Amino acid sequence: MTGILSLTTFAPLLGVAAILLLRFVGKPDDAKTVEAAKWIAFVATLATLALSVLLVAQYDRANPGFQFVEDIPWFAGLHYRMGVDGISILFVLLTAFLMPICIAASWKSIETRVLEYMIAFLILETLVIGVFCALDIILFYAFFEFGLVPMFLIIGIWGGKRRVYAAFKFFLYTLLGSVLMLAAILAMIGIAHTSSIPELMTYKFAPWLQTWLWLAFFASFAVKMPMWPVHTWLPDAHVEAPTAGSVILAGILLKMGGYGFLRFSLPMFPQASEYFTPLVFALSVIAVVYTSLVAFRQTDIKKLIAYSSVAHMGFVTMGIFSGNDVGVQGAIFQMLSHGVISGALFLCVGVVYDRMHTREIAFYGGIVNRMPWYAATFMLFTMGNVGLPGTSGFVGEILTMTGTYQVSTWTALVAATGVILSAVYALSLYRRVVFGQLTNPALAEITDLELREVAIFVPLIASTLYLGVQPGVVFDLTQSSVDSLVAAYHAAIGA
Amino acid sequence: MFSTDLALAVPELILAGAALLLLVVGAFAPRATTPLGVAAMLALAAAAVAAVVGPTGVAFKGGLIADAATAYTQVAIYIASAVAIPLGQSWFARKGVVNFEFPILILLAALGMGMMVGSGDLISLYVGVELQSLALYVLAAMHRDDAKASEAGLKYFVLGALSSGLLLYGASLIYGFAGSTRFADIAAVVHHGANTGVLFGLIFLICGLAFKVSAAPFHMWTPDVYEGAPTPVVAFFAGAPKLAAMVLFARALYVSFPGAVDQWRQILVIIALASIFVGAFAGLAQSNLKRLWAYSSIANVGYAVLGLAAGNAEGLQAMLVFMVLYMVDVTGFFACLTALTRQGKAMETIEDMAGLFKQQPGIALAMTAFALSALGLPPFSGFFAKFYVFKAAIGVQDPLIQTAAVLGLVGSVVAAFYYLRLIKVMWFDAAVGATDKPPVEARTVAIAAALFTFPVVIVALNFLDVQAFAAAAAFGLK
Repeated sequence: MTGILSLTTFAPLLGVAAILLLRFVGKPDDAKTVEAAKWIAFVATLATLALSVLLVAQYDRANPGFQFVEDIPWFAGLHYRMGVDGISILFVLLTAFLMPICIAASWKSIETRVLEYMIAFLILETLVIGVFCALDIILFYAFFEFGLVPMFLIIGIWGGKRRVYAAFKFFLYTLLGSVLMLAAILAMIGIAHTSSIPELMTYKFAPWLQTWLWLAFFASFAVKMPMWPVHTWLPDAHVEAPTAGSVILAGILLKMGGYGFLRFSLPMFPQASEYFTPLVFALSVIAVVYTSLVAFRQTDIKKLIAYSSVAHMGFVTMGIFSGNDVGVQGAIFQMLSHGVISGALFLCVGVVYDRMHTREIAFYGGIVNRMPWYAATFMLFTMGNVGLPGTSGFVGEILTMTGTYQVSTWTALVAATGVILSAVYALSLYRRVVFGQLTNPALAEITDLELREVAIFVPLIASTLYLGVQPGVVFDLTQSSVDSLVAAYHAAIGA
Repeated sequence: MFSTDLALAVPELILAGAALLLLVVGAFAPRATTPLGVAAMLALAAAAVAAVVGPTGVAFKGGLIADAATAYTQVAIYIASAVAIPLGQSWFARKGVVNFEFPILILLAALGMGMMVGSGDLISLYVGVELQSLALYVLAAMHRDDAKASEAGLKYFVLGALSSGLLLYGASLIYGFAGSTRFADIAAVVHHGANTGVLFGLIFLICGLAFKVSAAPFHMWTPDVYEGAPTPVVAFFAGAPKLAAMVLFARALYVSFPGAVDQWRQILVIIALASIFVGAFAGLAQSNLKRLWAYSSIANVGYAVLGLAAGNAEGLQAMLVFMVLYMVDVTGFFACLTALTRQGKAMETIEDMAGLFKQQPGIALAMTAFALSALGLPPFSGFFAKFYVFKAAIGVQDPLIQTAAVLGLVGSVVAAFYYLRLIKVMWFDAAVGATDKPPVEARTVAIAAALFTFPVVIVALNFLDVQAFAAAAAFGLK
């Protein structure tokens, strides 16, 4: 099945080509053209989803190494090298799963420059899948870095009032982290004389050098993740981005940071990872507790969810750097689950925002009286966000904490308060928006979910519940790769 | 043998002959600008072919070196010169300025640059630099009715003359202390580090060349000259002459002073860092795009100098790839500016570009590509250019240059702000009015250069990498 990875990665670009063709053949602003462009984008993302499902079906679970590998030599010793293992294939699937939902969610809310919007999303999909499939470190960097551009445009063109500020902040913050990573990448290529990720994973860098390289990679991934204290770009970006932009940002782009830790920091710099574990634990715990408290004080629904994302990512970093099987599995699961749940929560915000054009919590209240179905949906995802057993949110949190407990009792203990704090802010948000009397007259005519919105939420609800009761399907996929990652890590640090 | 010497100088002879011949033709038929332009382009094409297929060796007792590096750079320079001819001629025609000298001056500048990159002697170095510079001074001031262009030409001339003076002074000191003007002989004398006298001369030489490539702190002339000179002329002299001067820089340092690498590396690292940060921070305050791109070019020259400072074959290869990719970028960008007018008035400020994506999607996309490429974002050519340079710089076992490389990367984030601002204005803001239909040749150059920036570069690098490697190997370094 060689070539299927490239096909999956670049399939969205076929959609881009079709839309461009449409643009030159038809009139760009014609209603028919716009409608056709939406359908093209939707079909292209569905096709990508189909391909990635095929990929998962063909994937050999027992083999911990990279599969579907493609390798074409390029200039200066670089290669076009693609491949997936048990960790990255999940993220490919997550991306392909969320993308059609994003397109569907933008169906009505985007009214200007629809063609460009669809093109930006399709390009973004290619880049994100590329990040997870790239096995050449420069190729990885290319996908990783260029992903900033479509997101910059999505926030900047279709965003809210302070969109320009948010777009610049997003871009420059991330770029600063990335150039430090680039310096480290170039140093690694110079020393190891290879740019292949599998080879670099087994290359033993000198411990003093690992420290520097780890810090450089950390600069990039910590911003992307985002970890406290470099998380401040995220609330701005989320608030200003259109709904689908937020879904992608929270659902997928943040996962690149966690993926980076798993793919680079842990296997390539094990000694440094061990050395810096207390730092990561400290930052994670601060993120969990502090940003939960910050979330509680927000007046904007989107900002609240954005801060809650930072808190949930704290569990992920904690789990990854626990360095054991349970913690890493939990971190991967938490990323997957957070991708679905936070994406769904942003869509929930989008539903009321599309109707009322405000995200002020104080504006709402009592909408359960007018929107019972919406209230039920929102309730489910709020519970998922809190980590109620039976939803996917529970599995990730409990596993990361169990894993961390084996390494650092105190870290796990303090992080556990985050579970309570998340209940505090999430439930109070829910109460203030949904419950109570309908006092605001503007809300009197608000309508419940329409068919399109139901169709968007159904797959999200299904996966939240399914992953909550059957988390084993994910662990089956990741088990062998995580085992070999953890085994190599422990062998390297001699524990 | 004089005949073998001549055989090695065929590309230069073609250009010199063509320039003189066209001058005579032009004197009798001054209105025949189009045939003159075509003839000049053909001469450049012939010279490029001659540079590729011609023999290699050293001619005129070391004065002229024809090797893989000469061929590589000459081809790039001659192509850039050929592109400049239609771009400039039609611009002058639109301005109502009829002058048959334009292609001839381009030919003379190309000849000077060809000599620069092949010079193996301080004398031929100086002759090449002067021939190129004098042609460029005239080109900058060619739009005679425009006060700004005249000012730019004068400024360029005065400061250029100053830098030539520095260059000559350095050359005379080196000659005095080393006893020869030939690079190879100088190398033998400074085998184990330069003595104070030679070092003094070397520093003056570096200052003079830094002027020519507009590296900080000798960059002052660049923004003024870029702003005042006719845009298509800027498209020409922002690219090719810098490439030529950088290769000359490399020849002077790598061939004559390999023994003093630890001494000149410090100077180059400081120059590189100063250029990167001056270019990044000063660019933030610019509203005129020509001035902005002048600062951008200062920063980019800083990167190229950083590659040069590596002092090994890898650094040289990096610089050669970098400059060629950068040349395409900058030519394309100024071609965009040449193409854009609103009611006959040139669009030169950032505000003029508001909503350009609606008005001119093709050119707006091209400018976006150039901005992202200058920012160093993959997969555009600028990223690969920086990839080479920083890989070479970080690979040198010297904390000074390694630190400089990391700082240089951080500097590129500062510069990212103004590139993003341009993109923001073109994509996010509302249009201020309709633009005129862009002229065909400028539009073609712009789009072609943008397509080179991405995706052609992905394939072209396979070729460029090998050619630049061979060119760097010709210097005989390890």
